[in-house]
Amino acid sequence: MSELALILVATVLVNNFVLTQFLGLCPFMGVSRKVETSLGMALATAFVLTLSSVVSYLVSTWVLAPLGLEYLRTIAFILVIAAVVQFTEMVVRYTSPLLHRVLGIFLPLITTNCAVLGVALLNVQEQHSFAASALYGFGASMGFALVLVLFAGLRERLAVADVPVPFQGAAIALVTAGIMSLAFMGFSGLVKM
Amino acid sequence: MRLPTPPAPHIHGGNRVSLVMQRVLLALVPGIAALVAVLGWGVLVNVVVAVVVAVACEAFMLRLRGRPVRLFLGDWSAVVTAVLLALCLPPLLPAWMTATGVAFGLIFGKHLYGGLGYNPFNPAMVGYVVLLVAFPRAMVQWPAVAPFAETAVGPLQTLQITLLGHWPAGVQPDAITQATPLDHIRTRLGEALTIGELRGGPAFGVLAARGWEWINLLFLAGGLALLWLRVIRWQIPAGVLLGLAIPALVFWSFNPDQYLSPLFHLLSGGAMLGAFFIATDPVSAATTPRGRLLFGCGIGLLAWIIRTWGGYPDGIAFAVLLMNMAVPLIDRATRPRIYGHGGG
Repeated sequence: MSELALILVATVLVNNFVLTQFLGLCPFMGVSRKVETSLGMALATAFVLTLSSVVSYLVSTWVLAPLGLEYLRTIAFILVIAAVVQFTEMVVRYTSPLLHRVLGIFLPLITTNCAVLGVALLNVQEQHSFAASALYGFGASMGFALVLVLFAGLRERLAVADVPVPFQGAAIALVTAGIMSLAFMGFSGLVKM
Repeated sequence: MRLPTPPAPHIHGGNRVSLVMQRVLLALVPGIAALVAVLGWGVLVNVVVAVVVAVACEAFMLRLRGRPVRLFLGDWSAVVTAVLLALCLPPLLPAWMTATGVAFGLIFGKHLYGGLGYNPFNPAMVGYVVLLVAFPRAMVQWPAVAPFAETAVGPLQTLQITLLGHWPAGVQPDAITQATPLDHIRTRLGEALTIGELRGGPAFGVLAARGWEWINLLFLAGGLALLWLRVIRWQIPAGVLLGLAIPALVFWSFNPDQYLSPLFHLLSGGAMLGAFFIATDPVSAATTPRGRLLFGCGIGLLAWIIRTWGGYPDGIAFAVLLMNMAVPLIDRATRPRIYGHGGG
């Protein structure tokens, strides 16, 4: 039990996928202009990440390993992720058109979020159990959501700041992400794994 | 409801940025005196180096950005940033490291964001954390607290060490430096000793951490003066101290052998300096009354977590930066209700 709690702390804070492992930077930079859209993206990613890490664990354990096809892992996981995203989009569209409209284009874009593939591959590499895999995916998505929404809040302020011309836009956003990453180093050592 | 406006002349309160900054500097004086008394002349050398570099960086950046240099230098904000950063540094840190931290804090932490009033992060803490991450070994070498120092380092020797990197004969780093009390206790607890066994050791003083207790009490006095002058409001310092003391109290009352007492936490490391002088930076802190309290509590809690379980001996700087990140959302969530516009 405490091991599972540690996984959660580790993935949300200590080994945050965006700020310490630098995965999933594209949506981090791309969908953080407004807090509302970043919330939608965070929600959709949380769903997909958790589901895809569970499904890819099942595929890896029950399909790839028995057939000796581990060398196809990356391709298989990409297929799994694409299928999960498509499935999520269909479910959301038919069950809640409102949520579908809120998430909009972000839903299919999650396919290209490298954190999703990263989590699936790390689960296999670290030999996580089923519960640990699900929690790892969930924790990763919560960490992603946390820093995405915080970053969006900061960027809304940056939009009205008197930033020198050469640093406006992506440059100052990356400087900010760097300082956030420095701050997250304070969590290092919280979990000894 | 009538709100009569009295006729002119209206008198300006005289409250300017430069006045606020000068008052902050004056309020720091007792704490600086205590730091010098306990840790030696290196503190003053750090302050001077930091201020010189800060003023130079500020002037350079203002010039690059085409702003009036004299006007903005006159607001003293760069000096306050430099002094706050210098007070967090180990006294015998090489001067080039101090200069690096100050320059990074002012250029990246402040001017790239548009200068005073726009920086989302506290520039002093940005500089400090950069130094802590880049030079972890140098940043934990503190001089032994006065009565335990084998040889006192004089002012001239301090200059030799910090500016030239030359350690005079008879003064060696291992002989005169030791870990700070927080660092020492963390290491010892990791070796399965209990706090009761450490109590007689070099880390404990009369009230809390040896030497640091007086430094913190004098910073507290300066902070209370700032409160009395209404330079800062009570919410942030109260939040930081409560956020630090409450979890410390809970864990300490369950297991006083593994967890430090709330008093020790409040009077060690950068607790008081952080609570009254660093967290209260008006630019990077939350601005609504409830938001300030929340911001302060967050800093205290995170600092306690990092001190207790983290890899760094003190967590105030990281906690300040982490809560700086949350400020836009805190302000948004705690926006006060506008009078006459529905509830919530």
